[in-house]
Amino acid sequence: MKRNKRIIPGFGISMGITLALLGIMVLIPLASLVVFTAKMDLADIVKVITRPRVLASFEVSLITALIASLINAVMGVVLAWVLVRYDFPGKRILDGMIELPFALPTAVAGISLTSLYADTGWIGGIFAGMGIKIAYTRIGITIALIFIGIPFVVRTVQPVLEKLDPLYEEAAGILGASRTRTFLTVILPELRPAIFTGFGLAFGRCLGEYGSVVFIAGNQPYETEITPLIIMSELQEYDYSSATAIALVMLAAAFLILFLVNLVQIRSTKILNGGH
Amino acid sequence: MSGNAKKAVRNKPEKIVSREGNTEIHAQTAGSKAVKIVLITISVLFLFVMLVMPLITVIYEAFRKGVIPYFEAISDPDTLSALLLTLEATAFAVVINTVFGVFAAWAISKFRFRGKKLLVTLIDLPVTVSPIIAGLIFVLTFGRQSALYPLLEELDFMVVYAVPGIILATVFVTFPFISREILPVLEAQGTDEEEAAALMGAKGFAIFRTITLPHIKWALLYGIVLCAARAMGEFGAVSVLSGHLRGKTVTLPLQVEILFGDNKFMPAFAVSSILVVLAIVILIVRSIVEYIGKRRGEK
Repeated sequence: MKRNKRIIPGFGISMGITLALLGIMVLIPLASLVVFTAKMDLADIVKVITRPRVLASFEVSLITALIASLINAVMGVVLAWVLVRYDFPGKRILDGMIELPFALPTAVAGISLTSLYADTGWIGGIFAGMGIKIAYTRIGITIALIFIGIPFVVRTVQPVLEKLDPLYEEAAGILGASRTRTFLTVILPELRPAIFTGFGLAFGRCLGEYGSVVFIAGNQPYETEITPLIIMSELQEYDYSSATAIALVMLAAAFLILFLVNLVQIRSTKILNGGH
Repeated sequence: MSGNAKKAVRNKPEKIVSREGNTEIHAQTAGSKAVKIVLITISVLFLFVMLVMPLITVIYEAFRKGVIPYFEAISDPDTLSALLLTLEATAFAVVINTVFGVFAAWAISKFRFRGKKLLVTLIDLPVTVSPIIAGLIFVLTFGRQSALYPLLEELDFMVVYAVPGIILATVFVTFPFISREILPVLEAQGTDEEEAAALMGAKGFAIFRTITLPHIKWALLYGIVLCAARAMGEFGAVSVLSGHLRGKTVTLPLQVEILFGDNKFMPAFAVSSILVVLAIVILIVRSIVEYIGKRRGEK
């Protein structure tokens, strides 16, 4: 019965090509990860991921990614608000710039931020005068992650804000609510799912980020060594089991974040489509 | 505006409620103007420090020693071979992912089938994993401990620490880029037009070329631009699979890393400046495509 409903031709060939390419490019490589993991001993995996140096790298990655994503959540709402609600010269340029972290190769961002925030750099120099080191510390890692995460919250909040009916705000204003109160009680609850989605996507990206961070991090074990860098060094020593064990923890974290984001996104899509 | 409103209120003193409302709104606009200026200032400052200054740094450092050293740095043989390899990997990524993107978006948007959600999730998977893990899975698939390794050795076809590995990694990290741009357009368009054409006897490719392609051409172009951008700039996954053999398996971003690691800062920034120019071109193309898309949407 279902087959008869397919009036448009090309299902077989398009599905075939889709699955073949997906299989070769994504599924087989991922399967090799599963196969390799299956050959490993659970005790060995636990031993690897509870090494003090690895645990310290989890801590560095989590803390810096969390702080960077929180800053981006706040700045993302501000930026989205400014871009949707206000008109001012140069707005289009500002809007176009938001995507720069996606367009600029991470290695370029990495070396550029490093020289900018090093003690001899334009910004790093100012802070060095106050006795604050930025490059080669956790602050430096956080700055690189803020750079990487800028577009996420802006681009999830922007469309919701554009579709938000100003009627409710006007109603709140006429009923005597202050602007701050209107924002907190009327607008913010509507934006919350979008903010969370953007935050989650940025957080996930930050946890796995490598290129922009390695240059500015300094890569001191226990202090500024991020988890992807540990995987990288295990691979360079041909220790594939350790690399895989640590990668599994990262994958688990990434999927957990993705799962939570998807839960919230369902709500967000509902608002975008105007339903509740 | 508010002057006129006040005058209007004065002429009709019986409308006390509306007058109160007016002063209320008037006070709000004065307050919100200050808020507006503060918020715009914060946004501009934030983006200037976080996005513009890194760009200025690249250009400044690249030309620090003048124009001639700059051109010497970017015409270095290692840099040129890195540029070639980058273009090669990018070409593979664009071609494979365009084919995949068009067929996958067509299959997902025009037909109903079971497991569609799963398929979409699997397609998006490559961008959700860390680039280092992307590199790792190809090392596990084709590296020394893999079951495929003896076969590859016999064929003398090396993947890890060789060009095929770099190409695979590049295709992998950009895998969903084109399908992701086309899919929403096709889903919004629905299937009515294609169904009508099919009922009138049009063949698959004719339907695609005359009906579907005009709808998706801007999304497709934007997807290709995004894919090319990310392919040229990919660092982590390529870094895992490259082995950093100078002149052989080094792409432009890896060349930047090598130069920076050797404390050759000026050349590192000179090579980076090529990628910065590409990034800016991409942003401009993106704005144009979005602008055209919006204008067509308004009509």
